[in-house]
Amino acid sequence: MANIGVFVCWCGSNIAQTVDVVAVAKAASEFKDVVYSVDYKYMCSSPGQNMMIDAIKQHNLDGVVIASCSPRMHESTFRSAAVLAGFNPYMVEMANLREHCSWVHDNREEATKKAIELVRMIVAKVARNAPLNKIYVPVTKRALVIGGGIAGIQAALDIANGGVEVIMVEKEPSIGGHMSQLDETFPTLDCSQCILTPRMVEVATHKNITLYAYSEVDSVEGFVGNFKVKIKRKAKCVIEELCTGCGLCTQKCPVGKKGEVMNEFEVGMAPRPAIYIPFPQAVPNIPVIDRENCTYFKTGKCGVCAKVCVAKAIDFNQKDEIVEEEVGAIIVATGYDLYPKDSYGEYGYGKFKDVISGLEFERMVSASGPTKGKVLRPSNGKPPKNVVFIKCVGSRDEKHGISYCSKICCMYTAKHAMLLHHKCPGAKAYIFYMDIRATGKGYEEFVKRAMEEEGAVYIRGRVSRIYKRKDHLVVVGADTLTGKPVEVEADLVVLATAIIAKDGADKLAQILKISYDTHNFYNEAHPKLRPVETNTAGIFLAGCCQAPKDIPDSVSQGSAAASKALALFSKKELEREPLISRVNEEFCVGCLACQPVCPYNAIEEKEIRDRKGNLIKKVAHINEGLCMGCGACAVTCRSGCIILEGFTNNQIFEQINTFENLISKFEPTPEETVAKK
Amino acid sequence: MEEKSAKTDWEPRIVGFVCNWCTYAGADLAGTSRLKYPPNVRLIRLPCTGAIDPLFIVKAFQSGADAVLVSGCHPNDCHYTSGNYHARRKLTVFKDLLEFTGLDPKRFWMSWISASEGQKFASFMEEIVTETKKLGPLKGYNN
Ligand SMILES: Cc1cc2nc3c(=O)[nH]c(=O)nc-3n(C[C@H](O)[C@H](O)[C@H](O)COP(=O)(O)OP(=O)(O)OC[C@H]3O[C@@H](n4cnc5c(N)ncnc54)[C@H](O)[C@@H]3O)c2cc1C
Ligand code: SF4
Ligand code: SF4
Ligand code: FES
Repeated sequence: MANIGVFVCWCGSNIAQTVDVVAVAKAASEFKDVVYSVDYKYMCSSPGQNMMIDAIKQHNLDGVVIASCSPRMHESTFRSAAVLAGFNPYMVEMANLREHCSWVHDNREEATKKAIELVRMIVAKVARNAPLNKIYVPVTKRALVIGGGIAGIQAALDIANGGVEVIMVEKEPSIGGHMSQLDETFPTLDCSQCILTPRMVEVATHKNITLYAYSEVDSVEGFVGNFKVKIKRKAKCVIEELCTGCGLCTQKCPVGKKGEVMNEFEVGMAPRPAIYIPFPQAVPNIPVIDRENCTYFKTGKCGVCAKVCVAKAIDFNQKDEIVEEEVGAIIVATGYDLYPKDSYGEYGYGKFKDVISGLEFERMVSASGPTKGKVLRPSNGKPPKNVVFIKCVGSRDEKHGISYCSKICCMYTAKHAMLLHHKCPGAKAYIFYMDIRATGKGYEEFVKRAMEEEGAVYIRGRVSRIYKRKDHLVVVGADTLTGKPVEVEADLVVLATAIIAKDGADKLAQILKISYDTHNFYNEAHPKLRPVETNTAGIFLAGCCQAPKDIPDSVSQGSAAASKALALFSKKELEREPLISRVNEEFCVGCLACQPVCPYNAIEEKEIRDRKGNLIKKVAHINEGLCMGCGACAVTCRSGCIILEGFTNNQIFEQINTFENLISKFEPTPEETVAKK
Repeated sequence: MEEKSAKTDWEPRIVGFVCNWCTYAGADLAGTSRLKYPPNVRLIRLPCTGAIDPLFIVKAFQSGADAVLVSGCHPNDCHYTSGNYHARRKLTVFKDLLEFTGLDPKRFWMSWISASEGQKFASFMEEIVTETKKLGPLKGYNN
């Protein structure tokens, strides 16, 4: 037997105008289980809430129905108020008389009948509610950051400076990501390495950060606050503790001298040995042996590096190693890749030596790059006169490429034009573009500067093809502003190739159990309101793994993800809503049909044993830290042994049962009575 | 003759099972936008369409519903990523079963209505009520 109180709100005139609230309260007083029923002008006001609190005590209520606006609006208000009265908040439910009734109907009689039925439905539900308690899960105060680009670096430093331990896993031998390959950066033209390198060093030396370079995440188990991560540390064949980073081995290694192995960091524009440090400022400054190309691993002979290493740091027998770490939160910052070289046949990328990508151009203008900062034609090593830049290569091209805008190419192409003019006097930049999108702070001004002060020639239109004429490349396109075809005789062509998701992004997503879009970029939990969270609690995103973006945006997201992680760590225990599913172990037959439907992998197999440890049976078990309460499993269970708290079959069936009797009439309240209230 | 006089003051009873994140919110938006639709529908809020047990629908018909609707987030937009796919698969089969048991499948409606589609929600209610009126009261499902 329940003691339910019903509180019908006027919402000023919002409800009362169309619904006879007094009649609703009166009708409700006659429902089964209702011991108290009242109407009031504003239930959500402080006197309204106090009225509920007083009534709970006075009438010894064990269930409350607030008949007012949408529960999406005020459910939490009334549940919190209930807590103040020492009342279980999950015994409070709302009937939606405003959004779903008074605001959408005109006929007072019809609306009032509907309102009475809506209240009756919720009363029937509350009669079957059970008091629930918040769930608390412990939190391991350590974070894992996957990817050591600028986004990951920012997140790691913010968390570490907040006093929490960080494990950083980077796939390559060095952290730094794409930013370490850039020369000067828009919109300020500050040197990329100069601002990045100190941060990389800080990561390596920070007392709260453990860096696993040349490593990858192998598996992730557990849930928010309690992840168990296996990390594969690829064998470097160099003993880190002994290596002094002198680099002698990399100079003596015979591999790469003839250009048979190219340096990935230099985008294939310079060779590298088999034992290598990708670039001079690498962090950690420890070489790795590329076992695929090492003569010793291929033939069993050589070992020059081991001979020259004074520190005796070379160890050919090193094996890949798995380390296990426990963390409470994970930040994914695995960055991006560029659209593959050979996808644009008509631009001759991969066919003509003098057609290069934007990233290759970055390396070319970099003082530490393969040409020592000189812009030179790859075909003959001479400086170019006319350089054509083509934007949107692959981007915004649903037919051949990808549908989205890569966001940064407009800006870096303007930058490239400036760098060309600075570093290669006498050269001229021609830029083919579709639109110019320069929406950041100081960005529009930056592009203007490229056009007006630096004299870059902007031509609006797509390039149709590029062909070779003698020593030059002829770029053919149409100027869509004048409607005339254009031809530029170029010495060098730079393609702003599209930003695409990192190779293997989908595989990592499957390990982490996070979702990704059709382009393999990771999905944020909400495009506006939860931009750095994923749908998996405790896993956050930063940087280009979520979508193309520039450095300022990547850094902002890194900090945002760090603040989310720190917020998680600020509590001893994590508080979660108890509206989740539970398995009745007595009836569960252990078929685990429920397991594959759970989007959060919250269902695991559990063994039930007697005191002697003999297995009695296996059942499904729902992890309270992971379950989000979607209810899919409850419907799937054939033995009906999963209940979804707050929406149990009993509750829903009771609601449906009320339809058996129609409310055919009610007693309209006389005007005077209403006026007096 | 009796049938006809019953029809004049008869109003269809419609039960809707909707998810909290999209269609319930879409119905809220219809309210905040002050759109008007017939008062015949009673919504039951569940976290997700994936939590709708086909038995709820049977029970609703048994309890006197003349039409039942299920509505949630658009494909790809489910708050729990895949609940609406489970619902779609399950309820498509279920609809055939309903037909097999002698129920006119026109009495069972499925649709995706997002939180921003208040207008779509109002029009959908209008449509269901109009169509159900054409079918007349559901008889003989309970006995
Ligand atoms: C030609 C060019 C010029 C640019 N110029 C500018 C500019 O002037 N100004 C500007 O603001 N932006 C510029 N950008 C954009 C800039 O490069 C990006 O905004 C920035 O690098 C994004 O950082 P990130 O950390 O998200 O990704 P990344 O830099 O890609 O870093 C990702 C890191 O994660 C690692 N990783 C990947 N997968 C894994 C894995 N599975 N496990 C472990 N580690 C992994 C990678 O090795 C890498 O170190 C330019 C881009 C290009 C292509
Ligand atoms: S579907 Fe039901 S019976 Fe089967 S394992 Fe899951 S909870 Fe147990
Ligand atoms: S309610 Fe949803 S999230 Fe929770 S265990 Fe069941 S299927 Fe998984
Ligand atoms: S939450 Fe709306 S359909 Fe799943």
